[in-house]
Amino acid sequence: MRVALFVTCVNDAVFPSTGVATVRLLERLGVTVDFPAAQSCCGQPQFNTGYRAETAPLVRRTVRAFEGYDHVVTPSGSCAAMVRHHYPSFGTDAGALAPRVYELTEFLVDVLGVTDVGAYFPHRVTYHPSCHGLRLLGLGERPRRLLEAVKGLELVELPGAEECCGFGGTFAVKNPDVSAAMGADKITNALSTGAEVLCGADNSCLLHVGGMLRRQEAPLRALHLAEILASTEEEPWA
Amino acid sequence: MSGTFVGMPAFPKAAHEAVRDERLRANLRHATHTIRDKRARAVAELDDWAALREAGKRIKDDTLRHLDTYLLQLEESVTAAGGTVHWAADAAEANRIVTDLVKATGETEVVKVKSMATQEIGLNEHLEAEGVAAYETDLAELIVQLGEDRPSHILVPAIHRNRGEIRDIFRDRMGSWGRPAPDGLSDTPAELAEAARLHLREKFLRAKVGISGANFMVAETGTLVVVESEGNGRMCLTLPETLISVVGIEKVVPTWRDLEVFLQTLPRSSTAERMNPYTSMWTGTTDGDGPSAFHLVLLDNGRTDALADEVGRQALRCIRCSACLNVCPVYERAGGHAYGSVYPGPIGAILTPQLRGTASEVDASLPYASSLCGACYEVCPVAIDIPEVLVHLRERVAEEGGRGHRLERAAIKASTWVLDHPGALTAGERLASAARKALPKRLPGPGARQWTDHRDLPELPAEPFREWWRKNRT
Repeated sequence: MRVALFVTCVNDAVFPSTGVATVRLLERLGVTVDFPAAQSCCGQPQFNTGYRAETAPLVRRTVRAFEGYDHVVTPSGSCAAMVRHHYPSFGTDAGALAPRVYELTEFLVDVLGVTDVGAYFPHRVTYHPSCHGLRLLGLGERPRRLLEAVKGLELVELPGAEECCGFGGTFAVKNPDVSAAMGADKITNALSTGAEVLCGADNSCLLHVGGMLRRQEAPLRALHLAEILASTEEEPWA
Repeated sequence: MSGTFVGMPAFPKAAHEAVRDERLRANLRHATHTIRDKRARAVAELDDWAALREAGKRIKDDTLRHLDTYLLQLEESVTAAGGTVHWAADAAEANRIVTDLVKATGETEVVKVKSMATQEIGLNEHLEAEGVAAYETDLAELIVQLGEDRPSHILVPAIHRNRGEIRDIFRDRMGSWGRPAPDGLSDTPAELAEAARLHLREKFLRAKVGISGANFMVAETGTLVVVESEGNGRMCLTLPETLISVVGIEKVVPTWRDLEVFLQTLPRSSTAERMNPYTSMWTGTTDGDGPSAFHLVLLDNGRTDALADEVGRQALRCIRCSACLNVCPVYERAGGHAYGSVYPGPIGAILTPQLRGTASEVDASLPYASSLCGACYEVCPVAIDIPEVLVHLRERVAEEGGRGHRLERAAIKASTWVLDHPGALTAGERLASAARKALPKRLPGPGARQWTDHRDLPELPAEPFREWWRKNRT
């Protein structure tokens, strides 16, 4: 099977390791991965801040970049939700991309039909389900089932897991105090689990929570789910 | 603290204070999490919840689509049952109508049933200026009134207060409003409730005029409905000689069959009860039973403006249950006062800017008071897509181009241009990666400062993903 990787702008610029991990994981599962270089940003930050006209060129670019692909896979619940829920309001062509975009765990579980991806990650991990994956995509148990099948991984419950971490795109800079207060509570909950890794499927949330963890020099690091799933006994992920 | 919300600062500024108030945070956290968990259990008991939610949404949408028809039918029914209907275009007109009606009775005091609509129009303050004392009789509203405070929640207006604070307010303030609190009042719920009961009973028995809102108005019979937990509302609705009800025009439902849906969804969503303790219904007047004069003031006050907005009008479905407040992570940290309106929380963030417009600083800031996490939409019993309306209102605020938004649009346009030009994007990424070692932990400038006040920037990678791909896969 041939798929297009929609790496997302945040991953491209700030978290390339998540993109590399996604490629490695998919290739290990026998999938041929293309990276259409014309891709850029899905337009979510502009759209959610109220700039619809400024979003349109990015929607057009994204739609053109993935023309001809039946499966477009992205390691971001938030960007997948942007395409699925909001692209149809930008016209027929944009709407046609919506059902072809899969968040990574959806693609693995629903399309490839795998939950054991042969990963090995001998660490104590807790999982934060980001809001857009949770509520807009309805990812449900998919991430958990994938994590539970990882050899050596001890999955511990995150208290208040379904509460927003406080990132919210431009919310984090427009309402910095409330955003930080939400992030602080998320971190307190994550630290209470005794986990070494706070795992998520959206790096924008992890940018926020991870940044707060580093500021506090907390004994916990944020890591994208794809990087855990990419890790094997032969080739452990850093 | 004044009793009104006039001149409130923007949401982020008000929230800046609130998140630092440890006691407020603890009170809100405890209260919202308790109600939130109970609601989830109450809703899970019904296997047709999704169908009830969809029915509630459709009934409201259908009613709003034909609002003119149902309001005229309501007026006819209420009039036929012995009531008088008044139409108020805005707060000033509603206040004038009510004040004139009270003055015509010759009375100088009124008892009130908990009502959002009368708070919205500032009726108490208006009556006071005209020499009429308005006594709130809902327990939480009493706490707010005695404390010269403002409500911070739709259902639980004194949610920001704990028992100790309430004891102090009763002890210090009840005497100047009527019967003082009993000596040695403790902060146990039973003693606090008894103090309120004794204080209020005096007012119920004396009052000749009652003022209420309503949760629903049934067009086919002209029946008004108030749901409550304490029974104090029923006292106000039945004991006085004159009853004046001020109700937003969106509260009409066509028939009793429609009402059946909401009487199931409202209590479970608001207080997490299967059924609320008191449901009072009245139709006009009845000789020898209850008030002999009944006036219904139908309030627009911005509602028809909201109705004209295709995306925003869904906010008018709201049945004021407060479920969205109780699950909102932003409300939990910022508290209700930061929203600068009697309608706080997610629903307030979409309702207030539609009812009042977005000219003031606080009203223009409300659509941004959300991380768009969607928890509010998930629990809404009439399926108001609050995140959708928030984004829609952000568009409106941005278009109006007020303070800071011209600069923001320029920045957004620039970001779109870069992201739409891969050459520029790649150059920028290379530059950032090259400069990564030199970046300080805290950055100046709008946006960057707010981010780095609380968080480290990520360590930028040695190369962006597209570079890795070019080197390794092409």
